[in-house]
Amino acid sequence: MSTDIHRLPRGVPTRSQAVLAIPLLIALVVAACSPGAGGGGGSSNTTITVAAVGNPQMEDLQKLVPEFEKDHANIKVKIVILPENQLRQQVTQDVATHSGRYDLSMIGTYEVPLWAKNGWIENLGTYVQKTSSYQPDDLIPGVAKALSYNGSLYAVPFYGESSFLMYRKDMLQQAGVTLSQSPTWDEVANAARKVNNPSKGVAGICLRGLPGWGEQLAPLDTVVNTFGGRWFDEQWNAQLTSPKFKAAVNFYVNLIKTAGEPGAANAGFGECLNAYNGGKVAMWYDATVGASNFTGDAAANSGYALAPMKEKPYSGWLWAWSLGMPTTSTKKDAAWAFASWATSQDYIKLVGSKLGWNHVPPGTRTSTYQIPDYQKVAGSFAQLTLDSITHADVDHPTVDPVPYTGIQYVDIVEFQELGTQVSQFIAAAIAGTSTVDSALQQAQQLADAVGKKHK
Amino acid sequence: MARMTIRPPTDAALASGGVRVRPGASAARWDSWLRRLPLLPALIYVILVTQIPFVLTLFYSLQDWNLLRPEPARFAGLQNYTAVMSDPSIRIAIWNTIVLTVCAVAISVVFGIGIALLLNREIFGKGLLRTLMIGPFLVMPTAAALMWKDTLLNPLTGLVNYVLKPIGLGNMDWINQFPMASIVGIEVWRWTPFMMLIVLAGLQSQNQEVLEAARVDGARPAQMFRYITLPFIRPFVELGALLGSLFIVQSFDVIFMTTQGGPGQATTNLPFLLYLVAFQGFDIGKASAIGVIAVILTMIVATFALRTLFTIFHVEARR
Amino acid sequence: MSVVAARPRSRGLLLSKVGWSALAWLISIAFFFPVLWMALEGLKTEPQAASIPPTILFVPTLAQFSEVLSRDFPPYLINSAMATFGSTLLVLILGLPAAYALSIRPVKRSRDVLFFLISTRFLPFAASLVPLYILARNLHLLDNIFALVIIYTTINLPLGIWLLRSFMLELPHELVEAARVDGASMRHELIRIVLPLITPGIAATSLICLIFAWNEFFYAVNFTSSVAATSPIFLVGFISGRGLFYAKLAAAATLASLPVLLAGWFAQKQLIRGLTMGAVK
Repeated sequence: MSTDIHRLPRGVPTRSQAVLAIPLLIALVVAACSPGAGGGGGSSNTTITVAAVGNPQMEDLQKLVPEFEKDHANIKVKIVILPENQLRQQVTQDVATHSGRYDLSMIGTYEVPLWAKNGWIENLGTYVQKTSSYQPDDLIPGVAKALSYNGSLYAVPFYGESSFLMYRKDMLQQAGVTLSQSPTWDEVANAARKVNNPSKGVAGICLRGLPGWGEQLAPLDTVVNTFGGRWFDEQWNAQLTSPKFKAAVNFYVNLIKTAGEPGAANAGFGECLNAYNGGKVAMWYDATVGASNFTGDAAANSGYALAPMKEKPYSGWLWAWSLGMPTTSTKKDAAWAFASWATSQDYIKLVGSKLGWNHVPPGTRTSTYQIPDYQKVAGSFAQLTLDSITHADVDHPTVDPVPYTGIQYVDIVEFQELGTQVSQFIAAAIAGTSTVDSALQQAQQLADAVGKKHK
Repeated sequence: MARMTIRPPTDAALASGGVRVRPGASAARWDSWLRRLPLLPALIYVILVTQIPFVLTLFYSLQDWNLLRPEPARFAGLQNYTAVMSDPSIRIAIWNTIVLTVCAVAISVVFGIGIALLLNREIFGKGLLRTLMIGPFLVMPTAAALMWKDTLLNPLTGLVNYVLKPIGLGNMDWINQFPMASIVGIEVWRWTPFMMLIVLAGLQSQNQEVLEAARVDGARPAQMFRYITLPFIRPFVELGALLGSLFIVQSFDVIFMTTQGGPGQATTNLPFLLYLVAFQGFDIGKASAIGVIAVILTMIVATFALRTLFTIFHVEARR
Repeated sequence: MSVVAARPRSRGLLLSKVGWSALAWLISIAFFFPVLWMALEGLKTEPQAASIPPTILFVPTLAQFSEVLSRDFPPYLINSAMATFGSTLLVLILGLPAAYALSIRPVKRSRDVLFFLISTRFLPFAASLVPLYILARNLHLLDNIFALVIIYTTINLPLGIWLLRSFMLELPHELVEAARVDGASMRHELIRIVLPLITPGIAATSLICLIFAWNEFFYAVNFTSSVAATSPIFLVGFISGRGLFYAKLAAAATLASLPVLLAGWFAQKQLIRGLTMGAVK
């Protein structure tokens, strides 16, 4: 093989040398100009890093950060947005290994009691007392309770939701069905089957099947609860193969199979929202915030009802995304300044006036629901949302007593892995590659092992 | 035969450490050490950054340590190993890893050879076609996986179902009904261009005279392919298969973004299992035990597969 | 060189060429289509991107791209560039001498060393994630781009050494022999003689390392949070739990993939060379 090198005069770079040199030059320039990985500089500015989940309300928060920085000259806020899975993993990793990467972490009602117990997040009680304008009594009581430990608030709520039933009044009317404001699951199942019309591409109801302890298990657990089932009895014996638990799961899976949306095993909130907005499903049982995303025909014709019940009324779930302060933070005062601003009454008014009243983060403060502009926009479902949240009790989620807290989850550290695995088995049943019995048997084994650790 | 003109060594060159052959056995040893010198930085670096974590993994695997529990880690002997071995998860994960790797590599090699043969012919716009073909290989895997899941294979909004509706396949839930096939499909889509490029380069470097001679002698295309081309491109195919396996066996991004290991454990491979146990369960002890087992298995497979299967490893270095 | 008699252009030949071209075009477009679709989805509005059935004809809008760019993309780009180029540079610095020591002036048992290096590449990286994470935390390297540089170098070094070695093996014996006979030192031999001759190989190896480092997600998401976050992390931030996001995600995906796409296309020949170790003339 001959080389061409000796044909070129020395010193003239070949094309490949140029290809090589340019990126290296860029790298050098970039490395020289960028402020470097340690962050720039010892000015009097404090920079706090906030980890947040990728929901529209948090994206709005990111947009409004300049407003905060205007009023607080020495504080710079960097918000990192991640999808829920990654966020949870990152922030948990961060506090568990005391890495101190975040000054504020957006965590939910699941994490707060656990982390508070481990001493991973700050007790915000004293901070709240110091801030006279904060109005902690305005926080919806059920939400504040879920974010407290030993009577003190450990995280401040930014966003709250429960679950309820949304349905197309027009489509149900056409099939001759009406629903009360507090229907039973049997009524709902009958309605769904009547409206179900696969030949026209319309499914009766959309229910989440996407695996994940926060995805499929959220609605499924509320069904289990209201059917009288529970994950563990008071002696921490797993109850996944008990008659009531089985009945609930069978009901859920059969309803999906007979009147549910296609692709249910992969359907999360987004997929169902799409289907509902496109008129492909007539009913949807999911988060209360779903209603604020409706467009077109869906928006104009939707009716709402409380989460369907069987044995236990007010079976809707409770979830709140809240800002907790890791104890490893070195900028606690600045972090509190931001956290209290983002969860204050003023912030709600700011969002409403700057971005529109349908952007207001719901489910945190009672006063939000008394603002006339907000009521105009959210009128048809605001009251039901508030009712659902107010009546959701994380301490008494089931018919029979249980040793754990949490409505749509079991507030123990092992639940993330356990719940996700169980939901995988059930998703296989929904997809038709397994049966409910076999799924629950496998799930029971895993839950058994976890239960033993808590006895 | 090209010859580059070499100038006689200057005094400067000699002074800066030109090696003179010294008489005696010590010269051979000196030469030996001198040859090792350039290798050392890289070797030390790799050993440091791969073996130290491995030793730590070994250490953690003997501990009962869950990050979510406030108690510190305590020594637990081989408890994690027995727990892992009695859990079917690891066997399922190993099987899935093998299935995914073998299928994805084999199919993309076959497609790659086919498309390379096609592009090696006289056709219009070869360069542009090659440019189009390497797109899937260059696109960020995370991005590609998300696009496949949300916009192409989505049962309701996906393009694939829309296109297949006329033939009655318009309602398939690809990712849930055929999870492993979907993952293999996406990986094949990503890696076929890679295989194609390698084989194409091989085809283009064939000795055209030999091919002409065979044609003149009356050999049919199929015979020419089987007896001349195929043996010639074998090293290239092996190279592609080896490099492809290297990456596909570690496949994580695609599974993470599409199926999250499910439904059930249908698409949980070893890397994903490790991620689940370490970062969803935060059970460091158990995850480390799985890691150690994975490393041992890898070494066994690598030893047999690399040494026996791949002729490219028989290349002798020059002295 | 034998002279092949020119064949008369027959219609059959032309038809055959058209036929094969059509097939080749069909297959190539099929493979490329998802990439194109990704870019097109980014030009839709959210309802269009999530419509049932999918929207084929639409009026393109740049709204999604501008929304994505308003989320402060440059720092992520810069971090990606630093991690990518930094690790590639380190791979070359460590790898070139190592490849030299395994090819031109080989050590004993080169094959074993090579085998060891390749086998480290087979190890599942998730296995060493936790110890590396804890090490990084103790060394204050979390959310520091250096951590990624080190890790990416480790990931790419074995492959880089292997590729560079193959390029060096292609060099004609005589050139190196001549230099050696003339008494050149090892350093001189490597830097002044070998290096200039394999710059195409260096370019190709760099390109491969660049591609893999830029697209890496798993370590990036675990070792960085805000200051050192790279492009893949920017991308996944658009996955929303409670809203429509397909169009924005597609726009972000297009932007995040663009640098490597362009680099790969621009330097196609180098890429191919890299993949086939200099067999293409």
